[in-house]
Amino acid sequence: MAKKSDLLPGTLDMLILRTLKRASQHGYGIALSIKHLSDDVLTVEEGSLYPALQRLLLRGWVKAEWKKTETNRRARFYTLTTAGRKQLGAELSQFEQMIAAIGRVLQDA
Amino acid sequence: MDSLLLFFRKLALLFRREKFDSEMEEEMAFHHEQKEKALLADGVAPESAHYAAKRQFGNATQLKEQAQEVVSFRFETVLQDFRFAIRQLRKSPGFAFTAIGMLALGLCASIAIFAFVDAALIKPLPYRDPSRLVGVFESIPECPQCPLSYPDYLDWKRLNTVFSSLDVFQRNGFLLSTPEGAQTARGLRVSDGFLGTLGITPFLGRDFYPGEDLAAAQPAVLLSYAAWQQRYGGKQDVLGQTVILDGVPHTIIGVLPGKFQFAPARSAEFWATLHAPNSCEVRRSCHGLNGIGRLKDGVSIQTALADTKSIAAQLEIQYADSNRGQGAAVSPLIEVIVGDIRPILLVLLGGAGLLLLIACVNVTSLLLVRSEGRRREIAVRGALGASSTRLLRQFATEGLVLVAAGGSMGIVLAGWLMRFLTRLIPSDMLADMPYLQGLGFNLRVGIFAFSMAIFCMAIFSGVPTWPLSLSSLRGGLAEATRGSSGNSWRRLGSNLVVIEIAIAMVLLVGAGLLGKSLYRLLHINIGFRSDHLATLEIDAPDAVYGNDEPSMALERRVIREMAKLPGVQSVGVSYLGIPMDGNGNTTWFRIIGRPWHGEHNDTPQRNVSSSYFTTLQAKLVRGRYFNENEDTSKPNVAIVNQAFAKKYFSSDEDAIGKQLSFVPVATKPIEIVGVVEDIKEGPLDIATPPVLYFPLNQNPSDSFTVVARTSQSEASLLPAMVAAIHQIDGHIAVLNEVTMTDRINHSQTAYLHHSSAWLVGGFAAIALLLSAIGLYGVVAYSVSQRTRELGIRLALGAQPRMVYQLVMKEAGWLAAAGVAIGLACSIAAATLMRGLLFGVRSWDVSTLAAVAVVLGASALLASYVPARRAASLDPVEVLRSE
Repeated sequence: MAKKSDLLPGTLDMLILRTLKRASQHGYGIALSIKHLSDDVLTVEEGSLYPALQRLLLRGWVKAEWKKTETNRRARFYTLTTAGRKQLGAELSQFEQMIAAIGRVLQDA
Repeated sequence: MDSLLLFFRKLALLFRREKFDSEMEEEMAFHHEQKEKALLADGVAPESAHYAAKRQFGNATQLKEQAQEVVSFRFETVLQDFRFAIRQLRKSPGFAFTAIGMLALGLCASIAIFAFVDAALIKPLPYRDPSRLVGVFESIPECPQCPLSYPDYLDWKRLNTVFSSLDVFQRNGFLLSTPEGAQTARGLRVSDGFLGTLGITPFLGRDFYPGEDLAAAQPAVLLSYAAWQQRYGGKQDVLGQTVILDGVPHTIIGVLPGKFQFAPARSAEFWATLHAPNSCEVRRSCHGLNGIGRLKDGVSIQTALADTKSIAAQLEIQYADSNRGQGAAVSPLIEVIVGDIRPILLVLLGGAGLLLLIACVNVTSLLLVRSEGRRREIAVRGALGASSTRLLRQFATEGLVLVAAGGSMGIVLAGWLMRFLTRLIPSDMLADMPYLQGLGFNLRVGIFAFSMAIFCMAIFSGVPTWPLSLSSLRGGLAEATRGSSGNSWRRLGSNLVVIEIAIAMVLLVGAGLLGKSLYRLLHINIGFRSDHLATLEIDAPDAVYGNDEPSMALERRVIREMAKLPGVQSVGVSYLGIPMDGNGNTTWFRIIGRPWHGEHNDTPQRNVSSSYFTTLQAKLVRGRYFNENEDTSKPNVAIVNQAFAKKYFSSDEDAIGKQLSFVPVATKPIEIVGVVEDIKEGPLDIATPPVLYFPLNQNPSDSFTVVARTSQSEASLLPAMVAAIHQIDGHIAVLNEVTMTDRINHSQTAYLHHSSAWLVGGFAAIALLLSAIGLYGVVAYSVSQRTRELGIRLALGAQPRMVYQLVMKEAGWLAAAGVAIGLACSIAAATLMRGLLFGVRSWDVSTLAAVAVVLGASALLASYVPARRAASLDPVEVLRSE
């Protein structure tokens, strides 16, 4: 299990937003998606999703509603908002810039 | 904009906090279930699947709290901490009351005393640029800061290069003519620029104009605001009115501002000009004027002193007969005004500070006991996910609640204490300290109170976490209640008690020394019997009684009428002062038949009636008293005191029969006819100087002090004396009617010693009590921690006496260590305040020993109760309950 500190700071929020871009999900689903999409490389301490989700809710980047799952259980589903979509775009381009910059530094060396 | 939105979202959530929590719970439970299902599907055993899911999820409680923190306002956790702290304190009201009470006590004392210090020493004088104002004096060895003579003043004013202005004032009692008869009124004679030097402008009317202080000008007077209100009803048309002072009509030209104060003026009502020169001021050798100067920009006190000294030296050469030995002195005005009470106030502030410290130490050790009891609670809370900062904040909050409660109580009490202490100051002494009118809460006192509170808080919030560093959390959990948990506390607590006892020792020694000084002061040999003496001063109008004959007739009549009053045994009168009043009227003389080179033998002088010494019951050493018929027609005679005889005549020389002459203006020879034992003419703590007594009948005066000895109560005699004087002539003013005992006890010296001894004594008593409580707490706690050990000892055959000794020995060591440290500190502290001591050395052995005994006894008493409890333990019961 990777510890929280193994993620780059601030990336958890971005990963959640990115996961939600495809479809609305509940918390457990988000955790699964991150795990699967990264081929099990990126795992988060699952519980830490929840404070992060509250942060995103408060910012208005996601919204939440209680719905039934396929197995007919009540769960809170999170959906990306327009503001969230914009935020994701901004964060992605920032992130890419940073990765590119780091890449250049590493190549030169 | 975003932050505003955020605020409203948080606000909305604030009111749905319960729903938020339950939803979070449900969400997390759902997550667990799904995870568990997934793990089961992977073939994990049900038991381990449950735990694996939990493990992977993380600390749910902590995460929930984190989620809450995201959506909550910061103050919510603070509020939570406060609620928790208050709940904790309410759970142990005994602790809360004791801690808050002690804090309130310590803070109240130090805030109240600081307010006095602020009003007297810190608050700048209410004049323009007060730090540039200086007192200017002439200086001789017998009197380092003495008044100027008028001609000297004029020369200093003309020749100096350091003062932008130099002015003088003189306190003066005026005989005020009113429709109801003569009254005396306090007044001041000032030079024309006096108010300008201070930087004060009248509230109504005008200031004196240049030259208005000369004899040629029309007499003018300024009213104090109080006199304007009380005597003239605050009417605007007072300007231009005439008031008769000492029989001379003065025009009222203005009213001083209500807030104006000038301590040396006492509560002067009438501010007249010098109207110089009077009979004294024509002479260069008659010193009556107090100088006050404003330094020029950039001029230091040292420069001013050097300049005035060089002028004085110049005058010494120029006027050898009058100015020989006359130096100069310059000192900051604030020093002139509050120099006397500064050491006492600082000692009191130190005492109050020590009291606060002892209260803090005591509360700290209480907190330590509590934190020991809460060791497990803290460990559990830490294990359940409370972060270390959160725990620290919790303790800080508890400290804050204690200090806030103690502090606000302390402030209320301090306000009350200030009023109480001010009321204890006699009103005539209060008139000398007008700066105390500003006493009360202001910004500086507020800042002081606040920083004291912060100081206490810093101690309290740090202490409980000190012995329990969070790394030892696991230890705390593992430990059973009866473990060795007391060790760290016992070490720290013992150290605290040692500090407490040492501080209490310092305060007790301080109080002891001050008390002993007071006793010594009030029991010095004053050279006369002070009981059953009634005194008053009279001032008759010069127009009627000014000449020698009527003056003498008045004196004789007054003595005769007084002697008729019931109970009166004998009556004497004195001009130029009576015992205790320290009147500084001095004269210069030479001894006839000895070589004289113009030196000034500066000696206080008293003119007394023939019955004066017998009334005081002074002791005649040699020779005789004055005779009633010794008047100007008889040869001039004098009586001297022992100090005089000792100073001017060798031991094998007899003073009786020697002849004196005044200088520089020679007089008929004056023969010494008697020597009396030293009478305490001035302040109690100052050695009696040589004094010359002359017969009043050879130097008659229409103002003098009457002293009457009665077989009955002297206080009840005073009204009858006043009535008898008014019977003689309604135009004679009577003032300062007071018994000799009061004169002594209310003298500034006695009063300052008295009040400092009582206040420090009060602090010391509280400190003693607090340190006894502290010691009791430590010993009692130590016994409760060792109950099991002591029980086993008893079960194995230890005698109760041994257990008893064991406990007492521990307490004894603490007390001994405290006393030893306290001894060293007290000697240091006493050395610092040796200026306040009278007739006692700072290492007074009997005081130190007595204090050590008192402390030791109270320490034994404090540890006796827990020791007895330890000795009477029932081993069977102890071991069973363990």
